[in-house]
Formats: sequence, C-alpha cells, structure tokens
Amino acid sequence: MSRNKPAISLTPYAQSLGITVDGYEDGVPVLTLPFASNVEGRPGVFHGGATSGLLETAGYSALRCALAGRETQPQLKPVNITVQFLSAAKSQPTFAKARITKLGRRNANLSVEAWQSDRDRPVASAVMNILMSGSED
Amino acid sequence: MAQTEAKFEPAKAAQFLLGHGHAGWLGLKFRGSGDNWIELELPWRKDLLGEPDRHVLASGPIISLMDMASGLCVWTKMKKFEAIATLDLRVDYQRPARERAAVIGRAECYKITKSAAFVRGIAHDGDPDDPVANIAGIFMWIMGDTRRVPQ
Repeated sequence: MSRNKPAISLTPYAQSLGITVDGYEDGVPVLTLPFASNVEGRPGVFHGGATSGLLETAGYSALRCALAGRETQPQLKPVNITVQFLSAAKSQPTFAKARITKLGRRNANLSVEAWQSDRDRPVASAVMNILMSGSED
Repeated sequence: MAQTEAKFEPAKAAQFLLGHGHAGWLGLKFRGSGDNWIELELPWRKDLLGEPDRHVLASGPIISLMDMASGLCVWTKMKKFEAIATLDLRVDYQRPARERAAVIGRAECYKITKSAAFVRGIAHDGDPDDPVANIAGIFMWIMGDTRRVPQ
C-alpha cells in the first residue's frame, strides 16, 4: 500500500477498541481491528457494534484525510449512519475503508465497507452523513 | 452459551449476555424491560471518548448499546430465544451526549413477521424527551442456527 498521506489520529474510543491504521490506498486510510474478546458478540464472531465502530471510524478517518489540506479544520458531527450486516465477521482481523461519495461545504456523504480475508465479500457496509461545522457551533 | 429453555427472561438473559465479550467490555447494564421493550445503560468512561479533549462518549459505543438493546427487545417481545441476526441498523444522532454522562438505550420491538423483526429506539442521557439519538433496526431469523446471541 502506498503511504502518501500523513498519519491520522484516532479517537480514544477507536484506540481502546483496538483499531489501527493498516495503510493507505490512494491517500485513503485502511483501518484494521483484530479479533479479541472485547469485540466478541456471539462466540467466535465480531459483535455488530464493534464492526459498526470500525466502519464509522473509517468514515471519519477518510474525511479527516480529505480535509487535511485545509487551513482550518471543521468540527465533524455525526448526522446518521446506516449499517448493513452482510455476513458474520469471524475471529480474524477485519478491515475497513471509506469512499467519500460527496464532499460538500457543510456535509459529507460516505460509504464504507468492511471485509476480512476476501475483499470481494464484505462482512458489513455503511452509509453515513457527517456535518462539518466551525468550532463555534 | 445461553441455556436452551424456551422462556426468555430479560433480566436474567441480560445478566448473562452483558457479562462478557464486547458488551462486557463496554460495561453495559440492564435497567428494565416490559412487554416489548428493554432498557440498557452505557456508563461513561474516559477511554470511550469521541474526542481527546471533550468528555463526551463516542458515537461508536452508542451503536453497540442500541444494537444490543435491539436484539434483546426482539426476544423480550417473543418471550423466547431464537437465533437472529441484525440485517441493518440506522442511527440518527440528534446531539452529542453531555459531558461525563452515561447513555441509556431503550429499544422497542414494534412488529414481528414470519421473516423479520422491526425495532425502534432512542438513546438519551437522562431525559427521554431530549434524545441523543433515534434508531431503527431490522432483524432476521437464522433458521436452523442454534447459536443464541446476535452479531
């Protein structure tokens, strides 16, 4: 993977969940989350909430990267996220990468996919809207 | 894993299901339940923040809270365990939670059909009339699957 973007900082939540940056593809971060007991739902399977957290974090990271060149960094506020669970995420690392579908002035629309060993068979996907505002509101 | 007895007792089941794994790591607690609803609590914790300099819970744990509450309210309405899987879950965030506030998640199963269960709910930090988020979820039965806990 190319490393043509600076390292991004993940939230305290993302870090304590165990999310790290696996690398960058075309300047977009690919995040990964190892399987461990703190992400487990039913035995041997990722909890849907942990998978959702990875998807959402991948969305924010991609947007932060896209905004990195701007002089002032807007505050990012979640508007909504819809997660589709496609198949059980098993006890192996999960990866996630977002695509910014539309980067507007006040909001961004993203689609995110999570996969495990076979990238062509995503385990979950999400669409999300993020509001971008000045730090004053 | 959960026992195979047919009857689902929300408080008992929650005690078991919330005691380990992702829900255990988040520290989710059972608050109450009714015919078709269940209420859980996500305690505030420093390592679950969304931003390093604001003492506000991240949105990720709130999705986990609502996913867990959603699954539990389906069984609560059915009054029995049946293997289910989350098909999709939508979360609309109205506002951030207050600093150092725990978040309460209340989910209600409003419709069950032959193939799916429909859930709605809110997350709030003290006042249910001023929610942090609204959610909608759909679950499907996993036929022939004997595992008891949703994803």
